[in-house]
Amino acid sequence: MRATTPTQDFVRGIWMENPVLVQLLGLCPALAVTNTVKNALAMSAATFFVLTCSSVLISSVKHLIPKEVRIASYILVIATFVTLADMTLQAYAPVQHKELGAFIALIVVNCMILGRQEAFSSRNTVYRSLLDAVGVGIGFTIALVMMGGFREILGIGTFFDIPLFGPNFEPWVVMVLPAGGFLMLGFIILGLGVYEQRKLAKEARGEAA
Amino acid sequence: MNDQTLFSIFFSAMVVNNFTLALFLGLCPFMGVSARVETALRMGLANIFVLVMTSLSAWVLNTYILEQAPYLRIISFIIVVASLVQIVEMVVKKIAPVLFRQLGIFLPLMTTNCAIFGLAIFQTNRGYDFLQGIVFAIGAGLGLTLALVLMASIRETSELSDIPTIAKGTGLTLIIAGSLSLAFMGFAGLL
Amino acid sequence: MNERPDPDRIEVQVVDTLQPDGVQEAPLEEQVSTLRLVATLAVAGALAGLLIVVVNLHTKPIIDKYRAEQLRLAIYEVLPGVSLYRTLYLVDGALSAVVPAGAKAVDFRQAYVGYDEAGEMIGVAASRGESGFQDIVLVIFGFEPESGVLLGMKVLESKETPGLGDKIFKDQVFVDQFFARPQTPLVAIKAGSGKGQPGEIDAITGATISSKVVVSIINNGIAEWQPVLEQANLERNVPEEAP
Repeated sequence: MRATTPTQDFVRGIWMENPVLVQLLGLCPALAVTNTVKNALAMSAATFFVLTCSSVLISSVKHLIPKEVRIASYILVIATFVTLADMTLQAYAPVQHKELGAFIALIVVNCMILGRQEAFSSRNTVYRSLLDAVGVGIGFTIALVMMGGFREILGIGTFFDIPLFGPNFEPWVVMVLPAGGFLMLGFIILGLGVYEQRKLAKEARGEAA
Repeated sequence: MNDQTLFSIFFSAMVVNNFTLALFLGLCPFMGVSARVETALRMGLANIFVLVMTSLSAWVLNTYILEQAPYLRIISFIIVVASLVQIVEMVVKKIAPVLFRQLGIFLPLMTTNCAIFGLAIFQTNRGYDFLQGIVFAIGAGLGLTLALVLMASIRETSELSDIPTIAKGTGLTLIIAGSLSLAFMGFAGLL
Repeated sequence: MNERPDPDRIEVQVVDTLQPDGVQEAPLEEQVSTLRLVATLAVAGALAGLLIVVVNLHTKPIIDKYRAEQLRLAIYEVLPGVSLYRTLYLVDGALSAVVPAGAKAVDFRQAYVGYDEAGEMIGVAASRGESGFQDIVLVIFGFEPESGVLLGMKVLESKETPGLGDKIFKDQVFVDQFFARPQTPLVAIKAGSGKGQPGEIDAITGATISSKVVVSIINNGIAEWQPVLEQANLERNVPEEAP
């Protein structure tokens, strides 16, 4: 049990408690649609929208929802916003919508969103829920864009469709395939582990000295 | 609407486009309960059961209700999946208490399992009819079970090996999953 | 909720449980009645439905327009020189310009008959999907119904391997072969081993299966449509779609 200030509400979701890289929530979209930066951004935007709207709405009506049906109500709210995001993307960004396909509908079952409602929005003010949702949303975006960036650079040799390496670069195709998603996330998490361990070791040395 | 043969649907759902290893659906149980072969197998079987039930309900919804209002699809699917899991849980508890004890916590966990919801969405997008839907569900369920069991047996074995501390846990699991996914790519082109 | 932070004093420290299973149950003043539960869900459901319908009314025309535009562009691509086309539906083995009352257009196979500016028929376009290397490959192709000469093809959907199988729509040399008016049925051959036979298509090295699927889709598609088209009157009478 820890107490938090509004700043902490906002900041912790971005890095220290990053939903994807640390809490391992929402892995499905993080792996499935991050073969290019563009797709990663479109997915993040849709998720961000759903998360923020649901958090604000649920925190503002939290006293009206009996606790017996709270999960059902949360799911209903989330599903509504996902439908809205789905239709809006289809109308205004049809190319991206086609690339993401069924994975937009699958935002509904992204445990990260339901988790934030249950753990935070249902018991905090609108303002703090908004901060929390925006923080977590940014954290999710960072993770996805990181994945998408690495995978696109290695797998296609481009970044945002801009060729980086010239014609002689042989793309590392496996990175844009499903297997590459698993491997890339695995390596990123291993890398973070090494970083954490170094930091801990440094702190331990600092204390000893 | 869709002319794929039943065999090709089954085979595609089970190995070529394996739900877990190619489409990343159902990752939560894949990461969470894949430490023991025994539990992995049970989880897989529970999944097959719920998947078939979902396919059935999605077909009923699509054929009789959503024809008029396709834009309510997401919302009605999630409600149906959630209530279905509840009903299945109650029915199994009532008529087969032994089975219920064996499945334990896994049944309620199904609601947030994206494989279940994903199946309903994919089935609709591809326009499968009743029989195709059922075959698709069984194939997808067997595929999930296969991935879970493979993963669990690798993890059981690797538990005894000497791994650097940082690699223990999620990082290693993901890289094993990546290798499995690579192996499953070998099935592509069989159709 | 047992703790209600005053909005004016938001720096008040609030306990945060991150784990969903660490849910702290707020003490209830009284037992909530079933009626209240049902009513809450019903109101929420009604509001959700209303919101979705409103947005749907706004976005649906845009989505439909985009789809129609994509289809038109694809038809114009695979039938070079077309200036307008009309859609025919396959109803009970025969072509019809309208779908039976009560049925939906998407439930029928469709062929698009294209005409040039003088009103002469150029050819017929149709789409077809078959299992490729990964998943279904969906192709639209245009051909002359009488001679069986292929006019063009475009891959509409495919999940073929990036860098290899996706050359079926990214490799211009491969695609151009389908616009060189080859005689069908097509034969996929190893690149460079052609003997000058009609209908030879050089397969892509490293993507033989994907190349063969495209050829097979076109061959099967034309074989399926030719007998039906023979019996139909394809003269331009009332073109429904203007460019």
